[in-house]
Parts: sequence; C-alpha cells; structure tokens
Amino acid sequence: MRVDGKGRIDRTKPVSFSFDGRTLPAYKGDTLASALIANDVRLVGRSFKYHRPRGILTAGSEEPNAMVEIIGASNQTPNVRATVQEVFEGLAARSQNRWPNLTWDVMQVNDLAAPLLSAGFYYKTFMWPRAFWEGLYEPLIRRAAGLGSLSGKHDEGAYEKAWAHCDLLVIGAGPTGLIAALTAARAGADVILCDETAEMGGRLLSDGGEIDGKPAADWVAQTLAELSGLPNVRMMTRTTVTGAYDDGTFGALERVGLHRRPRPNLPRECFWRIVAKRSILAAGALERAIAFENNDRPGIMMASALTTYLNRYGVVPGKNVTLFANNDGARITARALMQAGVRVAAIVDSREDAPEEPGTTVHRGARVIGTKGRLGVTEITVRKGTTDFRIATDCLGLAGGWNPTVHLTCHMNGRPRWAESLAAFVPSDGAIPGMIAAGSANGSFSTQGCLAAGIVAARQSLEAMGHNTSDVDVPVADDAPYRIAPLWAVPTKKRAWLDFANDVTTKDVALSAQEGFRSVEHMKRYTTQGMAPDQGKNSNVAALAVLADVTGRAIPETGTTTFRPPFTPVSIASMGAGGRADGFAPQRFLTSDQASRDRGAPMIEAGLWYRPSYFPKPGEATWREACDREVRMVRGAVGVADVSTLGKIDLQGRDAGRFLDFIYTNTFSTLPVGRVRYGLMLREDGHVLDDGTTARLAEDHWLMTTTTAAAGLVMRHLEFVHQVFCADWDVRFISVTEQWAQFAVAGPQSRALLTSALGKAPGLPFMGVTPVTIQGVQGRLFRISFSGEEGYEIAVPTRFGEALFRDLTARAETMGGGLYGMEALNVLRIEKGFITHAEIHGRTTAFDIGMEKMVSAKKECIGKAAAARPGMVGPERDQLVGLKPLTDTPISAGAHLFAQSAVANRENDQGYVTSVCWSPTLSSSLGLAFLKNGRARHGETVRLVDHLRKIDVLCTVTDPVFHDPAGEKLRA
Amino acid sequence: MRYSGLKVITEGLFGNKGWRPAWRDPAPKAEYDAIIIGGGGHGLSTAYYLAKNHGMTNIAVLEKGYLGSGNIGRNTTIVRANYFLPGNSEFYSHSLKLWEGLEGELNYNVMHSQRGLINLFHSDGQRDAFVRRGNSMINQGDDAILLDREGVREHLPYLDFDNTRFPIYGGLLHPRGGTARHDAVAWGYARGADKRGVDLIQNCEVTGIDVENGRVIGVQTTRGAIRAKKVGIVVAGRSSQVAAMAGMRLPIESHILQAFVTEGLKPVINHVVSFGMGHFYISQSDKGGLVFGGDLDFYASYAARGNLPMVEHVMEAGMTLMPMIGRAKVLRSWGGIMDMSPDGSPIIDKTHIDGLFIDCGWNYGGFKAVPASGWCMAHLMATGESHAVARRFKLNRFATGHILDEEGTGSQHNLH
Amino acid sequence: MRLNCPHCGPRDRREFYYYGSADYLNRPAADAALQAWDDYLHNRDNPAGVTQDLWYHEQGCTAWLKVKRNTVTHEILSVEPVAGGAA
Repeated sequence: MRVDGKGRIDRTKPVSFSFDGRTLPAYKGDTLASALIANDVRLVGRSFKYHRPRGILTAGSEEPNAMVEIIGASNQTPNVRATVQEVFEGLAARSQNRWPNLTWDVMQVNDLAAPLLSAGFYYKTFMWPRAFWEGLYEPLIRRAAGLGSLSGKHDEGAYEKAWAHCDLLVIGAGPTGLIAALTAARAGADVILCDETAEMGGRLLSDGGEIDGKPAADWVAQTLAELSGLPNVRMMTRTTVTGAYDDGTFGALERVGLHRRPRPNLPRECFWRIVAKRSILAAGALERAIAFENNDRPGIMMASALTTYLNRYGVVPGKNVTLFANNDGARITARALMQAGVRVAAIVDSREDAPEEPGTTVHRGARVIGTKGRLGVTEITVRKGTTDFRIATDCLGLAGGWNPTVHLTCHMNGRPRWAESLAAFVPSDGAIPGMIAAGSANGSFSTQGCLAAGIVAARQSLEAMGHNTSDVDVPVADDAPYRIAPLWAVPTKKRAWLDFANDVTTKDVALSAQEGFRSVEHMKRYTTQGMAPDQGKNSNVAALAVLADVTGRAIPETGTTTFRPPFTPVSIASMGAGGRADGFAPQRFLTSDQASRDRGAPMIEAGLWYRPSYFPKPGEATWREACDREVRMVRGAVGVADVSTLGKIDLQGRDAGRFLDFIYTNTFSTLPVGRVRYGLMLREDGHVLDDGTTARLAEDHWLMTTTTAAAGLVMRHLEFVHQVFCADWDVRFISVTEQWAQFAVAGPQSRALLTSALGKAPGLPFMGVTPVTIQGVQGRLFRISFSGEEGYEIAVPTRFGEALFRDLTARAETMGGGLYGMEALNVLRIEKGFITHAEIHGRTTAFDIGMEKMVSAKKECIGKAAAARPGMVGPERDQLVGLKPLTDTPISAGAHLFAQSAVANRENDQGYVTSVCWSPTLSSSLGLAFLKNGRARHGETVRLVDHLRKIDVLCTVTDPVFHDPAGEKLRA
Repeated sequence: MRYSGLKVITEGLFGNKGWRPAWRDPAPKAEYDAIIIGGGGHGLSTAYYLAKNHGMTNIAVLEKGYLGSGNIGRNTTIVRANYFLPGNSEFYSHSLKLWEGLEGELNYNVMHSQRGLINLFHSDGQRDAFVRRGNSMINQGDDAILLDREGVREHLPYLDFDNTRFPIYGGLLHPRGGTARHDAVAWGYARGADKRGVDLIQNCEVTGIDVENGRVIGVQTTRGAIRAKKVGIVVAGRSSQVAAMAGMRLPIESHILQAFVTEGLKPVINHVVSFGMGHFYISQSDKGGLVFGGDLDFYASYAARGNLPMVEHVMEAGMTLMPMIGRAKVLRSWGGIMDMSPDGSPIIDKTHIDGLFIDCGWNYGGFKAVPASGWCMAHLMATGESHAVARRFKLNRFATGHILDEEGTGSQHNLH
Repeated sequence: MRLNCPHCGPRDRREFYYYGSADYLNRPAADAALQAWDDYLHNRDNPAGVTQDLWYHEQGCTAWLKVKRNTVTHEILSVEPVAGGAA
C-alpha cells in the first residue's frame, strides 16, 4: 500500500507493469518489489524444495525469495530479484518455479512430505533399480529442481565490457562511502564511487535521521552535488562491485539498460574491470533474520527493509505491523512506521532489558514461536516466560542483528574475524591488499561512526598513495551504540527456516551434525545452506551459530565458509561480452580473400585465418570433383595458391646461422647465400615442434618459414632460446608474416608462368631463392615445392598481394591452369608424403617420421638430448608409413591399424591413420599413418578399422612418398 | 546402517532421530598397517579398496582439513572414459566400469548420471583426431558415436550453428559419459571405508615422513607420530610439499583451475558439452545450476582462486558456442589446485623409498579417475606391483621418454 | 594480476604468456646425464610460497621475464628480464 508523502519515487511519472499477467500501476523510481507491495501483492514466489508460498523478504540484492522471470519482447531473463529490478513502462514479470500457478502450485505437496525430504535424503535413496536413475528419478528431480527458465533462444541482447582505472575505488555510497569519496576527491585523487542501487545514499535514504541538524537526505544531496561537480570523480550507480582480484583489479557489473525499455544499441549490462591503487569497502551491512517455526510466510520480512520501502519508495506491506528483535535497530523501523501513520502492534524483543518504545507495546524477553496464514501471515504466537499469546498482524519485521558485508574481503582467501560484541564477522585487516573496510562494513553501525570511519579510511588511502589529504570535518549525526543480545533460533520441533532460498531449516543443520557432518563445510554441502542464489547472505551466520550450538562449540571455533566471487550473480553474457559469434577470436584474412570469395570458394578456418577450400567450376557437383580437377591441373599444367598464412620470420645478424643451427636439428650455417633448406625443429623435450624452409637471403640475412599453426609458437620459442641461452649473439629477428603476401606457383608450366610474369626466365635451381622485380615491385622468388612438382613461391609486400594474385591467376588460366585450394593442396602433399600437423601432432619424434638422420651428430641443438631417451626411439615406436587399400575402397583418417588377422581391440592396436585422400594421380585412396615399427614393414598387409564409420579394409604398407619418389619432377 | 528408500520413509516418520553418523571420528592409533595421506576422493577410495579388495582394515586416512576438502568438492563433476592413448584408455575404462556400479557398491547415491558427453569439433583436422579417439574408445570396449553437424543439432539444438566463430562440424558422442554428485563420491567412499574399519582422521596434518634405512616407518602429524610400514601419498595439488618430506622432487607443478556455477534453472542442457576451439565445457546439475569450466589460469599457484582473464575467456567461449546461456547468472566461481604433470597423465607408483607410494599428477582429470585410482593405488600398496591398467603411470617415465601426452603439447606442466 | 614489465610498465596479466619455473634458465650441458635433463625438463620444487618463474611479454615488448612471486598470495615481488648467457 502506498503511503502519502513518503518515498523518493516520482509521483508525476506513473508507469504500468505486469506481474503474472495482471497489469498494475507504479511510479518511476519503484523497484518491482516496491511496486508489488504498493499493489498489496504479498505472494511473489515459491520456495525451492518445499514450494512454500513466499513473499518479499528484503529490499536489496540479498533477496532470497522474490525471484521472477522478466519477459522481454524476444527473450526472457530468469531469476531476477524483484528487489533490484526497477519498474519501467511495460515491464512484464512472471513468477517462477510453480505449476500451474503461484497460488495453486502442484508441487506444494512436497511441503507435506517434508519429513522425508530432510537434509541429504537423496544420497540415501533412488538407488534401486539402478537403471531407474537416468530414466526416472533424475528427470523427475531435475524437473522439480531449478528456479527460473532460460528460453533456449540465443541471447541477442547487447552487452559490453570496459576498463576503468583510478587512484581510489569506493565501494558503496552510503554515509561511509560518500564521505570517503568526498575526502579523497577534495584532495584531488581520481575516485570511482560505485553503488549497487539506482540512487546513492545507502541507509541514509532508508532510515531518515539527521546530519548536522538537517535531514540526512539533504546532506546526501549536497554531497552528491559536490562530487558530481568534480572532474576527478566518476560516480557509477546501478554498479555492483562483484569481485576482488589480484593487484587492485575488481570486477563490477553495471546495469545499463535493465531499468528501462529496451532500445537498440543500449547495452543491457556492462562488465567493468576496474584497476585501483587503493580501495575502500563501504558496502554497509545486511540485516539477518531469526529462525523460528514457520518464519517464512509472505508478510514476514526484514525490519530494515520495511524502513527502506517506506522512506525510499513510499510503500508499506501491512497496516498492522509487528516486529521481532534482539537489538535496538527495530526501533528505527517502528518509529518510522508510526510516524507515517502505520500501526505497530507490538515489538517482541528477546532481551529482558529492552527499552520501552512510546506508541507501541514492547514484549521484553519474549519470542515469536509460530505464525499463521497460508499465503500471507495473519497472526503470530509469542511466548514470554511460560505464557503464550497471539497477536494479529499482517506484517512481521525481523531484526536479528547486522552482518557487515565482508564478502569482497573473502575473495582472496581472507577469513573474516568474529567480533563477539557485535555477534558478527568483521573483515580481517589486509584481507585484500590496498583495501580498507570502513563503516558498517567494518562493524561500525552508527551514522556518526560511519562518517568518521569514511574520512579516516580515505585519509589512510591517500597517505598510502603518497597523496596530499584534504580537510573534511566529521559531520554530527546519530551515534547510538549497537546493543544486541544474540538470538539465532527459537527452539522448535517443527521447521524454522535459516536459508529461505534453499529451504534449509534448523532441523537440517542439526541432522547434518547428527550424521557426522560437523565441519561447517560439510554442513553447508550436506544441507545446501548458503548455496542458493543469495549465497546465504542473511542466513549463513545464523546457520553457523546453530551448528556451533548443536556441536557444543563456539562460533569462531566452528569456523566459516568462504564467500567466493561474484558478490551477486553476474550474467554470462556480460562477462562474455564481445565473445558472441565472430567476436570470440580475431579473424585473419588473406590479401586474396575477396578474390577467392568472388570465385565462389568456400572459405574455411585455418587457425585464425580463412583459406579457400576449393574453387568450384560450373558443372561440378561436389568438392571432390573440384579438388580432383585442381590436383590434375597442378600435376598437368600449373596451379596458383595463396600460402601467405605460413609464418615468416626475418632473421639478421652475424650469428644468425649459428642461431639456426641451435634451433634446427640440421645445419644451416653452411647454407650458401641464395639457397633454401628444409629444417626440422624440436621442442626441448625432443618431440617435433615444427618444420619449414629457411632461406639465406644474404650473408647475415635469413628468412624462416613456419607452418601456419605454429607461427606464434615458433616465434616465442626463438625469443626464449635467444634471450635465455645466447643473448650475446649477434642475431635479431621479427615476424614478417603480415608484411609479405606469398603465392605458390606449382606444376610443369610453373616456370613458363613465371617467365611470362617476370618477363624473363626465373633461372633458379631447386631450393634456390632470389630477389626479383615483378612489374616494378621488389619481391622474392623461392624455388620450393609442397606439391612434388616443379614449384615456386613468389612473395611481394602485402599491399601488392591481391594484384599479384589476380595477375598470376589470369596467366595460369591461359596456360590450362588456375587456382587450387586447401583440399587440393592437401592431396598433393599426401601424394608426395609431406607431413603437416596431422603427423607432427606433438607426440612424434624425428625418428617417428624417418628424419632421425636430420638430427646432426656434429652439433648441439634444442631437443637433441631429450630425443635420445630410450622411449623416444626404437621398434616400439609408431613410425610414419604410407597406406594403400588393396581394393578400391575409401579409407579414413582416425582409423586404427591391426595385423591382418587380428581382432580390432586395444591389445592388438598397432597404429592409426593421420591423413587420407583420394589420389587422382594414382587413382587410389592413399593414407599416411603411424604404424608400430612401420619402416620395417613396407609391403606388409595390415587391417585398417574405423569402427565409427564402419570401415574395415586391408591395406598395403608403403613408403610415405607415393608420387615421384626420386624427386625428379621437383628438380626438373 | 543401510540406506534405502524405505529407511528414508521410516526415519522420516519418526523424526529422523535414528540416523547415525556416516563415519566415526576416531583418535589416531599409534600404529597402522598402512597410512594414506590425504582424505580426498583418491585417498578415500584407496582406503576403501585396500579394505575391500585386499582385506587391509588396520589402516588410517590422515586428512589435514575435513574429508573431501580438496578437488573432489570443487570440480565440474564430469565422468568419462574417452582417452585415446594406450595406458590411459584401459585405466579410464576401468574407472568408468567402477562408476557404473558405484551406488550399489557404496550404498550411497552418488548420482552418477550417464547423460552422454559430446566433444564438438570445428575443423577436418579436429574431426580426424576425434575419430582416432573414438576408435580407441571402441577398441577398448567403450562407446563412441561420430555425429555430423546435423547429428549434433539433434542433440544440442541450442548451439549457434550459424554465426559462431568456429563452425560446428560435428561431435564425438560418448553415451556413457556424464556427471556425478562430487561430494557424495567422497562421502560414499568415506562411509564405506569407515564401515570396513578404516580410521578416517580429520584435522590431522602430516608434518613429516619418517624413513629409516631406505624404508618408511611412519609419519609425524599435528596429532603425534603414527607408525606404519606402508604409506601412500595421495594429496593432489599438495604432492610436492608432502613428497619433499621424503626428500623427493616431483615432476609436478601446481596450478589453478577455475570452475563456475550459475543460479538454478529448469532443465535446459541435458548432456555434457565440450567446445573444441576454446576452453569451455558445461553440464547442468540435478539441482539446476549450469556447471562449467575452462582452462587453467596458467601460472603456478596454490591460491585456490582465480583471476578475471580466464573467467572472461570461459564466458566468451560460452557465448560464441551457445548464446542461449547468456542470461544465466554466474553464482559462484572457485579454484582448485591441480597437480599438473609434464605429459598430462597421472603417476601411481612406488618411490625410491621402500613402502612409500605415490598417487598424483591428475591434472584436471582427477574426478573421473577416483574409483580406478583408488583401486590401482590399493593394488600397488597391497601387492607392491602396479595394477595392469595403471602400469604405464610410472614416476620415471619422463626420464626414460615413455610419455603419455594426450594433448601433444609437450613437457610443459601447464599445457595439459 | 598485473606484472610490472621493466620495459613497458605495469600491464595486465593477459598480455603475458606463462612458461614455467625459472629452472628452464639452467639448461644442462649437451652431454649431461639423463637425470640432469629430467630435472631440467620435468622435476620442480613447486613451492607453496615464493617462487621464480618465466613470463613472456608476448603482447608487449616480447621480453622474457623472470618473475619472483608468491604462489599462495599472488604477490609479485620482482620482475626482471632474463639474464643472458652463452649456450
């Protein structure tokens, strides 16, 4: 119900929203929770396990009960706290975890079966018969569990991530945070002030009171006005600091668009990474409940939430309120309500020495022992001494004391400290390097105490940064001491709730201890206490106290569970912003990319690159037809392919040759200028790292090529070897992959093509390199081949790549040739027995691929020592071979090899196939494979089995080089 | 006390007064036949199988914190047998078979759910590698099915088939793969071991290992010296520290692996799904939370907590692969300390000290290995011989070059 | 986590590649015994506390850095370029 003259909502801006299909009025500035209270909606949800009717418990992000689905135009958001969601015109909310509707929920039968559903019951049953788990029990449990629903549709919403840097991060903008920010800002420090809610001020806006003789809200307004006028202050509302990480890094979630009608390009949320030199935790404190029988009915809520709803939103959830307290805090609520004209029927105060309160009855030394009202509380039963009596009420406020919001201080494994006088945990000093917890977050619960602590914390932070401090006087405000006599749970034989969200009762905690789960972590895990969406924000300490009680230990001795990030749940979409679709990884495009696409080539991913798969011609129905044609074209005429994705590393210096000798297994320092050599490099553990060719361009100038996949890896490796082992050698190198576009020209007509392009014969021997001028552009020509034909690679600066590509293509086409793609490139190299990362997959040695002779005996190189370990060589190793099926049958990569008559099982496994193709050149399927002791088995027949594809074929083991084994074509 | 549905009902009707402690809380004796250091999943299963398979009941598990306080309680609960190298294949296959009878074996519902695991692949090369893997699985007698893109779509219609950065080519379905309730596994083994007479001693930290003439004779603990002729070190991320007490330097580096759980949701993901082009794997717990994880934070650490770079990477991977999870909210993130070995495969072996055994190097495959690890470690401790399915998990295999590197990333601890 | 690169100043962890223990700096001689290579490549002190390890400023100056830090608290104690030496 609305209360006239109260609240900070904008009564000139009415909006309408809907809840479970009912359209209801509200005002701008309302949260969904305050709007529901204004409309006298009490029942807002169902509990997780027993499906108990539940109402709004709190006024903040710690809410365990009031979780709803927000229904948007194209998608829905589950598990939204009604206490955080702001109302806007057209907001549609729906209750969750109920069927068919909130009032009549079939699953409430669970409440009747509660004795059978005690803590951990599911570990003891559903075991027979075994097959029923996946088929029956688990699906039923899964359907009953869970809260809200995802739609299953892609989240098309906009999300952002951002970085911010500052001197001082102030977390929370209540009295402590505001004055801390002001103190630091006046001193000129760069300040970021974050607050979780829409309006800064914290409990100053909820509790009323005075500062320096004026209403606290006026002081808030004046402070905010000064802060927002300072250029060195960034004020972030609706921003929750969610995690504290190493070296002053914080995660923070800003709700950018969730409080308004969606607009195109307006992010829903932004996930901030804030880097701060120092930080002040001024996140306040959270009020806790008291456990007693049936303490979970709608209409029972936190006393402090009542004041918040009244003073911030101008609503009250009842006309006849009662309060149950163990400390003085409830008096603020009582006075505020009475002042607003709401009847406070009684304060039930568990303390024998509780003070009187004008305007209402205080039952001292009394406790609430029961409640009535199925869908909303109607009556409470109070026990005082041996007398029980009932009080009619439609709203019961609970004031069980305050827990400092220590959560962030636990994120780096800090353990909070038990403060007996507060009956609460407070942050340990230094739990987060550079962070000072201040105000109620540090157990200082009066307004005056918070203001003073905020100034001190800011000054300490400034001093620690070596910054000047500023003069800020401590304003005068309420400084009442915090008086509490702990009361965690009122004994009962029935259920008294601790964790409302997960339906954990005091009985569950007791049962857990009874069954030996006495460690607080065991209790948590066995009962699920604190594992619900609210993470036990207002119940963990009480549960701990109950556990301490039943196990006869003190609270500090019992320990505490750890709060982990995030402070409040954070959407996957916000932390994963930018990752959607193509955003997940960079895209690298060849200079020929558009030209290839223009020719209809399907582009496939090769690492981060896109490369053409094949170039279809009219009339070709399948990729194979195109691929076969391209292979024949290269073998018969000439083909052009863009090979710029290969890594290119430019090395210079007097010791570059010596350096290459150390990197590669074979010797490079003896290579003449103008020549290219194939090289093999090992990891230090003796396995093959990469292969490729390296050219000597001049005496002190080399160009290394790496495979596409290993380009970055090799660069890192070279840097390591150089900087660590031979920093004093005269060698410098840099990646030039992006600087050069490089094209393979392969086939018997390749020389003719280059002659026409260069205007003269290339005149290069096999494995030669020379600078060339091609149509006025300085380039490089290599005579190397990955196809087995006479082949060249021509490189030009990247900006000329596309033009050269188009030129070479046009020339090739006049010679009966043309472009070839990755598929044909792969067939060509398999026919020739050239390896790729399908073969050098990280587990192969030079021995395995038949290149042990390339490991020079005359010199040291990386990986040589480890490659000599006994397990790295010998007949037990799988060795590279070729495979040819005996009959004309397809074979498959990933198939395993067995002796001809052996059963295809692990014991008989003798190897596996790495690469296969259909060879138009040899009119046969071909494979490369690793076979145990394979080099000694050429000519043998083996059984190839691919269980997955139902392929079972006999193959002949051959040399891996199928095409032109003597290499005559290469050297032509 | 035998657990059953009937027992739950009868106890429930009488106020649940009759439930007795799941295990005793004994004081350590002066001497045992064998001691297992570490009361996590592997230590508890080792104790269980020592008692059950080898009749060794005068044994103790020494745990410095509470039972199951290590990685058994902070993983992503995935159970699978989809390794491809001989040596790993037979071991994980054995483990999966043990999982399949675990509820009956332990009389404890560990909620082993064989909902199927799908490893997605995104290129021809990855497909070939997964085919090799799938065939290894079938060679071993396990199950694997190759799915093409449409096959994946039938199982996982919510993936982004149209716009994701690395298109989905297909997947390898391991129907017997799935999940289990992690804590329950520790508790089930603990209860089973206790029932067979094993002393489970909590809050008992081992501070020294006593060796005489090359033989182990016992341990020093915060609760006094305890004698034993056989001692097994089963302490995962703390292996280096405990082994150092016996003068050993292990091929282990400890690293942080983070994991995440969302708020509870109605059923939406019915398999375990693993992305092939980024570090991301996900399933939905029976309680409704999406449980997912990624790769290590990559730097050696004992902090049991992570940093944002990997958090964000994991979320980004989730968003490119299955953007329907975007509005699920991460409730909690945590980190476990992984005992990373140089080839990604474990060690279950004797040491150079007689009577001292070690079980470590679980990388991030430890949870699914719990039954077989205990089985094989118990076999080793009882008989002095490696079990047939664990015979390649030698401590000296790095020195000899008999590497078991499934990832092919080489002898760099954090790359497995 | 942020590393103070001696060349580039404080930078976020994501600019760096982590390799492993600073043991990798002490490469055995070519003819060293297998055990020395095993220690070099595989065996680690793996301390819970102060350690020295190698990071590569891959998305910065490409310097390999020796970082002294605490594996329990993640405190960074020093960052310096790796020492050069003859192979």
